[in-house]
Amino acid sequence: MATRLRLLDDAAWVSVNDEREVGTSEVWPVAESFCSCALAWLVVEAFVDVGVDGRRVEARAHGHCLNCGESGTTPWLPVGKATDDGFALVEGVRR
Amino acid sequence: MPTDVERWKDEVYGNEIREHLFRFAEEGWDAIPDDEADAWFERFKWWGLYHQRKGQESYFMMRIGTPNGVLEPGQLRTVAEIADEYARGPVDNPEFGAAYCDWTTRQSIQLHWIKLEDVPEIFEKLEANDLSTQQACGDSWRNIVGCPVAGKDTHEHIDAWPVAEELHETFKGDDEYANLPRKWKVSVTGCDQGCGQGDINDLAFEPAEKHGELGFNVRIGGGLSRKEPRLARDVDIWVPEEKATDIAAATTELFNDHGDREDRYNARIKFLVDEWGAEKMRRVLQEDYTDWDLETAGEDLRDQYTYNAGGHEHGDHVGVHEQPDGNYYVGLNVLVGRMGVEATSELADLAEEYGSGEVRLTQRQNVIVTDIPEEDLDDFLAADLLDDYSPDPHPFMRGSIACTGTEFCSLSIVETKNRQVRYARWLKENVDVPAGVTDFHIHLSGCTASCAQPQIADVSLRGMKTRKDGEPVEALDIGLGGGLGENPHFAEWVEMRVPADEVPGYIQNLLDTYEAEREDEETFREFIQRHEEDALQELADPEETDYDDPYMHNTKMTWYPYAEDDDMGSSPAPTNGDGEPISADD
Repeated sequence: MATRLRLLDDAAWVSVNDEREVGTSEVWPVAESFCSCALAWLVVEAFVDVGVDGRRVEARAHGHCLNCGESGTTPWLPVGKATDDGFALVEGVRR
Repeated sequence: MPTDVERWKDEVYGNEIREHLFRFAEEGWDAIPDDEADAWFERFKWWGLYHQRKGQESYFMMRIGTPNGVLEPGQLRTVAEIADEYARGPVDNPEFGAAYCDWTTRQSIQLHWIKLEDVPEIFEKLEANDLSTQQACGDSWRNIVGCPVAGKDTHEHIDAWPVAEELHETFKGDDEYANLPRKWKVSVTGCDQGCGQGDINDLAFEPAEKHGELGFNVRIGGGLSRKEPRLARDVDIWVPEEKATDIAAATTELFNDHGDREDRYNARIKFLVDEWGAEKMRRVLQEDYTDWDLETAGEDLRDQYTYNAGGHEHGDHVGVHEQPDGNYYVGLNVLVGRMGVEATSELADLAEEYGSGEVRLTQRQNVIVTDIPEEDLDDFLAADLLDDYSPDPHPFMRGSIACTGTEFCSLSIVETKNRQVRYARWLKENVDVPAGVTDFHIHLSGCTASCAQPQIADVSLRGMKTRKDGEPVEALDIGLGGGLGENPHFAEWVEMRVPADEVPGYIQNLLDTYEAEREDEETFREFIQRHEEDALQELADPEETDYDDPYMHNTKMTWYPYAEDDDMGSSPAPTNGDGEPISADD
């Protein structure tokens, strides 16, 4: 199954199969990979890139940690899964 | 690799979009194939239609470009009638009602909840009255801004209105300039007060004298977006009035050739000026894009600029002002730039009854009625409408600007207009205005696109998120001390991620400190500028007060923040041309 991915609205949204599925302004818990906090609370300010690994949709996001203030771009993090019934958002800690 | 947007533009762009737009309007919203929708939405922008955000599918914001903010007699009535008939959504806004017009910071007009099916009728009504949405959005010449009272200003050196008009006539609809790497914002100033806000535009014309002749100095590469604010750079060029269009064509062609089409975030000409510097910009313009010898810059009037310059002389165009012809113009305050359709119709009535019928829009989201004879002034000023849209407003009401926000915009992170209305009212009721302050600028922008121009305000507010009591809440970054004038200055970002319900308390504490610690007649901007970064952070703390904020939750993920049931799944959108929900199975 081909999955159409793109960033829209000045990178404020990840579009999956022509639906805006993942938006900025969310606060994500991110494990280890973003800053020195064991658990970063990341404010997603803009998406940098979007890709797919199998059915898993991943994105790199620019933002900052609400705990320590560290700002930067995340490594690839899962944002959801393309299924036969549509798109399912990832919930909980991103790693 | 070309971006999606460049690829879509290569296929169809510019004037030709109109025929497709009309075809979809005829066939209905459903006729747009799902896998082409984003491409068409991107293209529709060129004709002033901006698809509203997730949860509001099938509805559009329509932007009408009014060059220099000038609405000729009769045009405001047309806008009011269109808003009344076509700009009504499924749910009323609790502050502004069912239908309203937004006056923007670029002297344009925005209507919401427009249905695709109604576009041909709306265009017909607009065009019958010499109004248009053409190039109001998209990658081309945007609405040309300038001093809103050009031609009617006692401070004027050159009448900027015919210059803006000629630029508008030349660059709107010309296929050669239809597809630029990114938006192109132009300002023309003719007065000695700096009202055109040229410093924050891609291309700015500013009055200057050379060889005893008045003309324009040219500045290039200003803009506020994406945390990369730039002031337009002096490229050491003066042109006489009759060459304004030629130098505008030259700079546009340079931008067309050298702007970055590979990366939209690097595409605005401000980044090219960063890379090249002003000297190279001038050299390339001379060698490759002009066939006359460019004059070096003339003597400008910037040392006289008072508009938003941090003093007390001229923060906006609100109030009663005499025109050179002995008539008067009266600037009316429109809180956050939004006016209900009934008030808009009433304004059109008043303009016809007491003035020439002309109304102008300012870059501070306000309106101006021009050409009022002295003997009619008192009657005009006694009109009921002016109780709500005052020529002498309270400083906190007067200084409030807000962008569209999550109510309709995909980019915004927070709710803005209704929040700023509540802020202004609370500040008016609870905060003492520091002595001598008549006009205190608080600009709220929902994201880094900076449509509310937060960086040039006394208090700059920019949408953000934070956590409060363990929950994510809407928040604002706070900047201080921005403004224009001879030496423009962008706000210093001082407090980050302040929960939105603690911002009014912060402003109250800040103004208490200012009143207590200011030296003599020191203005707020001077007060901020004499403090170092660390000291700025010590000026005040955010604080909860009795201010109540109903929009702390994630308004971006509601279908409409003011709906009783605002859950995304409860949206009636998309709807058909009659406003009836279209089932997913249809």
